Amino acid sequence: MPKITYNTHDNKTHTIDVQNGLTVMEGAIQNDIPGIDADCGGGMSCATCHVYVNEEWLDKLSVKEDGEEDMLDMAFEPKKNSRLSCQLIVSDTLDGLVVNIPSKQG
Amino acid sequence: MIKTDVLIIGAGPTGLFCAHQLGIIGLKCEIVDNLDKAGGQCIELYPDKPIYDIPAIPECTGEELTNNLLKQIKPFNVNFHLNQRVEELKKVENRWHVKTNDNKEFDVASIVIAGGVGSFEPRKFPVKECKKFEGNSLFYSVKDKKIFKDKTISIFGGGDSALDWAIELSNTSKVNLIHRRDGFSGAESSVQKVKELNDQGKINLYTKYQMESVSGENKIDSVKIKHDEGEVKEIKSDYILGFFGLIMQLGPILDWGLNIDKKKVEVNTENFETNINGIFAIGDICSYPGKLKLILSGFHEGALAARGCFKYAKPDEKLRFEFTTTSKAAQERLGIKND
Repeated sequence: MPKITYNTHDNKTHTIDVQNGLTVMEGAIQNDIPGIDADCGGGMSCATCHVYVNEEWLDKLSVKEDGEEDMLDMAFEPKKNSRLSCQLIVSDTLDGLVVNIPSKQG
Repeated sequence: MIKTDVLIIGAGPTGLFCAHQLGIIGLKCEIVDNLDKAGGQCIELYPDKPIYDIPAIPECTGEELTNNLLKQIKPFNVNFHLNQRVEELKKVENRWHVKTNDNKEFDVASIVIAGGVGSFEPRKFPVKECKKFEGNSLFYSVKDKKIFKDKTISIFGGGDSALDWAIELSNTSKVNLIHRRDGFSGAESSVQKVKELNDQGKINLYTKYQMESVSGENKIDSVKIKHDEGEVKEIKSDYILGFFGLIMQLGPILDWGLNIDKKKVEVNTENFETNINGIFAIGDICSYPGKLKLILSGFHEGALAARGCFKYAKPDEKLRFEFTTTSKAAQERLGIKND
């Protein structure tokens, strides 16, 4: 199973096995990773699952839809490597992915 | 003070259907919501997006679902109290007194919290100093546009609110529009208009910039903005407006003594009552083993919570289970005339 690493704002690292097909957001929610709220439940309509993806992974991810970029306008401190984790579907290609969770989601 | 049987907190689909179920069994209710219209997340987050899993409705939008629910509860003449949030809760003998931040007071036998993921509040700037100026020279909505006349306004955001206010205020004020990227999420016609006004020198458009800091004594004097590539600009500003949409927050409900775990209120699955007698929670805000965050689950929870409210509203009466197809009482309440 692919391993996803979530770095939380309190400098803790959580490396978790996330099943293929789940989203990076679902992996966080199911394992109680703090800082990913996912208020809308994965509908790309709230920006509370916002993460910063480590640079080396950016080109391995699916391309952002317009809707995702629009929602990121609303996110807390968006940066170039910002993504909504509900839009990142876990697969073997993403084994080892590292995401950083912002200090807060709203 | 408004006296009624039940106060529903939240006018999303779950709250609306609960009002229907209360009406069917002959209970009166009032609904409070912090948004300016009914519909909750359906209307605020995805009015135009299709929903495919409402039983017997193959496809509808959030707006259509809301309108149909409103139509369904029309016979019960439910009162809505919008643009306000519940603040205080007090137990008075065997009733509840609830007060909103708009000073509306309710005296009810029970309360149904159908608050979704919380009440919608404007999303704020991450920059700390902003808090100090909030309400005097920094705003997240426009209440009185006259105060901006002949002043310099820096507007942040790329959605319709930001674009519309930039266009509108450019008639009477000096407007800076600052957005974190070249693309905008607002309507294309507004984007074109803003670009035209920028070319004519009526709006100063700064894209790929975000707020770095604000400064001023009692009111804002200037704001520093930082480009993606690191360059920082300081621009003079009398006022700052931020339009980053809404975020949901639980607010004062957190202090009511309810059992809350991960922003959700714990309930039983018999009638969705919380740990406090007479307070029920339904829809996305409640949690119990097996909870599914679906609208249809909210409907089920609302139907049972409504029946749970009955014994508090009418302690001396017994509730009989009836079908709307055959119940004369229910049909009367629905305003249906039988020959």
